[in-house]
Amino acid sequence: MERIPILKMGPMLLVSIQVDMHDQLALTLQDDLTERIVKTRAHGVLIDISSLEVVDSFIGRMLGNIAAMSRVLDAETVVVGMRPAVAITLVELGMSLSGVRTALNVERAMEMLQAATVDGDGVPTGGTDGGRAD
Amino acid sequence: MSPERKSRIAEFLDRHEKDLLAAWVERQLQSVASRRDLIDEPELREQSRQFLRDLVEALAAGGADDLQGPQWAAVKDRLGSISVARARQGFTPSETATFVFSLKQPLFALLRQHLGSDARAVAEETLDASTLLDRLGLYTTEVYQRGRDEVIVRQQREMLELSTPVVQLWDGVLGLPLIGTLDSARTQVVMESLLQRIVDTGARIAIIDITGVPTVDTLVAQHLLKTVAAARLMGADCIISGIRPQIAQTVVHLGLDLATVVTKATLADAFAVALQRIGLAVVRSAPARA
Amino acid sequence: MAVARTEKLPVQASEDIVRVRQVVRAWAVELSFNLVDQTKIVTAASELARNTVIYGGGGTVELEWLVEGARRGLRLTFADQGPGIADVEQALRDGFTTGTGLGLGLGGARRLSNEFEVRSQPGAGTVVRITRWT
Repeated sequence: MERIPILKMGPMLLVSIQVDMHDQLALTLQDDLTERIVKTRAHGVLIDISSLEVVDSFIGRMLGNIAAMSRVLDAETVVVGMRPAVAITLVELGMSLSGVRTALNVERAMEMLQAATVDGDGVPTGGTDGGRAD
Repeated sequence: MSPERKSRIAEFLDRHEKDLLAAWVERQLQSVASRRDLIDEPELREQSRQFLRDLVEALAAGGADDLQGPQWAAVKDRLGSISVARARQGFTPSETATFVFSLKQPLFALLRQHLGSDARAVAEETLDASTLLDRLGLYTTEVYQRGRDEVIVRQQREMLELSTPVVQLWDGVLGLPLIGTLDSARTQVVMESLLQRIVDTGARIAIIDITGVPTVDTLVAQHLLKTVAAARLMGADCIISGIRPQIAQTVVHLGLDLATVVTKATLADAFAVALQRIGLAVVRSAPARA
Repeated sequence: MAVARTEKLPVQASEDIVRVRQVVRAWAVELSFNLVDQTKIVTAASELARNTVIYGGGGTVELEWLVEGARRGLRLTFADQGPGIADVEQALRDGFTTGTGLGLGLGGARRLSNEFEVRSQPGAGTVVRITRWT
C-alpha cells in the first residue's frame, strides 16, 4: 500500500505531502504519524504542504487531528508552506484550523519547534526525557 | 418565423451560399475600406464564410427566433470571438456590427432575384431575415461591450497592483498602505497580492494601513478580515492600523467581530507592536543630532 | 448562454473524488480561470464529490463548459439517488457551525461558487449544481 514517507530528524518528524491524496492515504498518514511519534518519542512534527494545490475540509480536518493527537502525545505540530490560494479558499470554506500552528517556511517552523521544546527556565531539553516530568 | 419558413430560408441560403458570400464580402470590403489597416481580405473572407455556414446550420436545425437554445450556440460563439477579436484590433462597435448588417443588402437582392414573381414571399422573407440579422448584429454589440469591459477590468487590476505597492518596513514586516475608496474587486486583488508578497518575503507580520480609506462597507470589511484569516493560516500575522473614528463606528454598527484582529490607531503604533512581536527593540545608540 | 462541451464522471468511491479534482482542475485551467478561482472550484468539487460518495451512496458529476457572450463558465452538477437532505437550510447552516460533515461541504461549496443550487428531498436523491464564471 502506498504511504506518505515520514522522516526522522533528531527529535522531529518531517512529512512532505507531494501528492493529491485520496481519503484513505490521508487516514493512513494520520495513523502512521501517531505511531511514529510514540515510537520515536518525537517532540515535534513538521508537515510540509507547499506542494498542495488543494486542501479541502477532509485534509483540513486531518491536519487538525494530527495536531491534536500529537499534542496529546506531547509533541508540537507545525504545518508549513500553505499557498495563498489554498489559504484564501480555506477561509471561504469556513475552516479556521484553530488548533494548528503554521509557518511560512521550514526555517520558521524549526524555530517554533525548538522554542516549544524549551522548558520553563529556558534550558532546552534534549534527547528522550531529559528534564521532563512524567 | 414558422419552422417551415425557417427551413425554407435555410435551404435558400444553402443553395445560394457561394453567390451570397461573394456579394457580402464585396460589400464589406467597400464599407470597411478605410479599415483595411485593421483586417486583411483573406481573414475577412474566412470569417464571413464560417459565419454564413454557421447561420445556415442554425436555421436548418430550427433555431428559435430569440437566439436562445443550443442551435444558436455555434453562431453566437463565432460572433462572440469575431467581436472580441475586432475589439482588440481597434474596431468600433458599429464597425463590428456592420459585419452582420452588411449581409442584409446582398441577401435581399438575392431574395428579390429568385423569388421576384411572388411579391408577398419576398416581403415576408425579407422582413424575417431583417429581424434575425438585427438581433445578431445587436448581439455583436453586446459581446463587444463585454469584451471592452473585460479589458477595462484587467487594466484596472494591473493599475491596482502597481498603485498599491506592498512595502517592506523591516525584515519580516510588510506594510500595505491602502489609499482611496475600496470596492470589493479592488480589495480582493490587493489582498491576494499581499498574501503572495508574504510568501515571497517570508514576512511574519503584515500591517494593513487604512488611514487613506474614507469609508469601509461590510463587503470590504469582510475581505479585510478574510485576508487576515488567510495570512494567519499561512503563518503570518496581520495588524490593521489607521482606523479612524468613523470607521470604528461603522465596524461596531455593522456588528463586525474584530476580536481576533489586532488593530491600532496609527501605522506607527502598529510598527512598534510588530517589532516587539518579532523580538526587536529600537535603542538609542547616540544622542539625537540637532 | 450556450454549453460548448460536457463530460460526465462517476462519483462512486473515494478514488473518484481525486479524479474529479483532477478533471475539474484541467477544465478550469483550459477555461483560463485565475489561480484562486481554480482552487476554489476544485475545492468545492472535492467537497461535493465527497458528499455524493459518503452521504449520497454514490452518483455522478456532469461538467459543462458554458459560454455567455465574452465570459466563460464551468458548471458542475452532482447527482445521487441517496437518502436526500431533510432540511437543506439546516444543512447549510449546521456545517458552518459544527465544522464537520455534510453541511460544511455544502455551505462551503456555496461560498466558493458564483452560483449554487441544491434540490433534495428525503428518499428522492440530491442534485447540487455550482457554477464559476471567469
